[in-house]
Amino acid sequence: MSLVLFDAPGPRARRRVTIWSAVAGVVIAALLVLAAVRLNQRGIFDADRWDIFTEDTATWEALFRRGLLATLRAAALATVIAMPAGALLAIARMSESRWVRSTAAVWIEAFRGLPVVLLMFFLALGFDFSIFNAVVGGLVLYNTAVFAEILRAGLLSLPGGQREAALAIGLTTGQALRLILLPQAIRRMLPSLVSQVVVLLKDTSLGFIVGYVELLRVNRELRDFFGSRYIFSLFLVTAVIYIGVNFALSRVAVYLERRGTAKAAGGVSTMQGAAGADTGGA
Amino acid sequence: MDAIIDNLDLYLEGFWATLRLTLTSAVFALVLGTVLGAFRVSPVPTLRGFGTTYVELVRNTPLTLVFFFFVFVAPQVDIKLPFFTSALVALSLYTAAFVCEAVRSGVNSVGIGQAEAARAIGLTFNQTMTQVVLPQAFRSVVPPLISIFIALTKNTSVAVGFFVTELMAVGIRLANRNPADVIPVLLGVAFFYLIITVPAGILAHRLERKVAFAR
Repeated sequence: MSLVLFDAPGPRARRRVTIWSAVAGVVIAALLVLAAVRLNQRGIFDADRWDIFTEDTATWEALFRRGLLATLRAAALATVIAMPAGALLAIARMSESRWVRSTAAVWIEAFRGLPVVLLMFFLALGFDFSIFNAVVGGLVLYNTAVFAEILRAGLLSLPGGQREAALAIGLTTGQALRLILLPQAIRRMLPSLVSQVVVLLKDTSLGFIVGYVELLRVNRELRDFFGSRYIFSLFLVTAVIYIGVNFALSRVAVYLERRGTAKAAGGVSTMQGAAGADTGGA
Repeated sequence: MDAIIDNLDLYLEGFWATLRLTLTSAVFALVLGTVLGAFRVSPVPTLRGFGTTYVELVRNTPLTLVFFFFVFVAPQVDIKLPFFTSALVALSLYTAAFVCEAVRSGVNSVGIGQAEAARAIGLTFNQTMTQVVLPQAFRSVVPPLISIFIALTKNTSVAVGFFVTELMAVGIRLANRNPADVIPVLLGVAFFYLIITVPAGILAHRLERKVAFAR
């Protein structure tokens, strides 16, 4: 509870809170029951809508082996490429040469400002990329720009003494950045970076739109194969898989944030405001 | 280049659809998100729990999945919406979770001393809220809200996979019609997105620096 808005409640306030809490609980429970009853009336919970999951492992295999695996493969490859590329772009963005700096800035603003689907279509239609490459490429182009912004915010948040000390002991500016500043910035921004990986993972589902066979597309194929009777059960299972994977990864971000990193000077920081906080970008 | 100029009216039509989609769902998301945000800072545990669950669920769900639900799954339980409305609902529900988070962290960013001081000089709850807490919360909520609406603008492009004729869909149609000019045609689409997102981004950045003050 936010202590900004309320004093510690006294006995009367506590009673009122309990009453409101109960009322709200009843309303929410009633809505859930109502939804369940409606679903039940339409036979959503009938066994014949769920038998593809219980009688045969082929459905699960399709969802996990073909679907989830393809989703994770695209996400992993895109992350592995985009992270170092983002670091390079962040370095370029803070370069001493004005031309490099402004080119990097324009690059970042342009790719951050475009929808990922557009980037995917660009690569697939305009440059004849294979669908897998287009999906990964679209994710890489967008997330490189975002990772660069996150790392830049991390670099800017470091105390100025770090850089000055590095230069004072005779490191070149490049060495200072590579050996002293960037490692600290990465540690500091680890939670934000992991959160962005969750966004990236969610964005692989855009592959559904451009025709990459991933979890959501496999869901659709299964529906076409087994019939529309299974739309709801298939959707529910798919949603649980997506949410489960993303939730686990989000927890990692929260854990990193809480724990902080022993070696991160001044602890880790979460990004606030326009620079990069999770805004639901897709 | 000709492909763009010849089809400028189509582009503008798509741009208009994207703009309508963005603005309408922004309004709905703002209202719903503020209510959810109020839930999350309220003293009532059930409401707080509801808000938290909603935000956690939506944040870990791909937007495409939300669209998928309203377009393909909901009709099976007799919720049949026109495609444009489906897109509107999906975008609003999705964005509301992020608005909720912005509102919550905005309220939490107001120093505890502010509200304590307000209560100490005898302001009522309503006075504390309207005179002291909300005006300060508002200024730290605006920049993240703009970022959220930038993301929303880009997110409307997901509707292309769900039968809505917006900017992206126009781009695909033109690209198929002019196979020789795919790149310029899509650059045209990119241009229309950027004229929304880049100025909005600069505005957010400016405002952020303006409202950043020492507490």
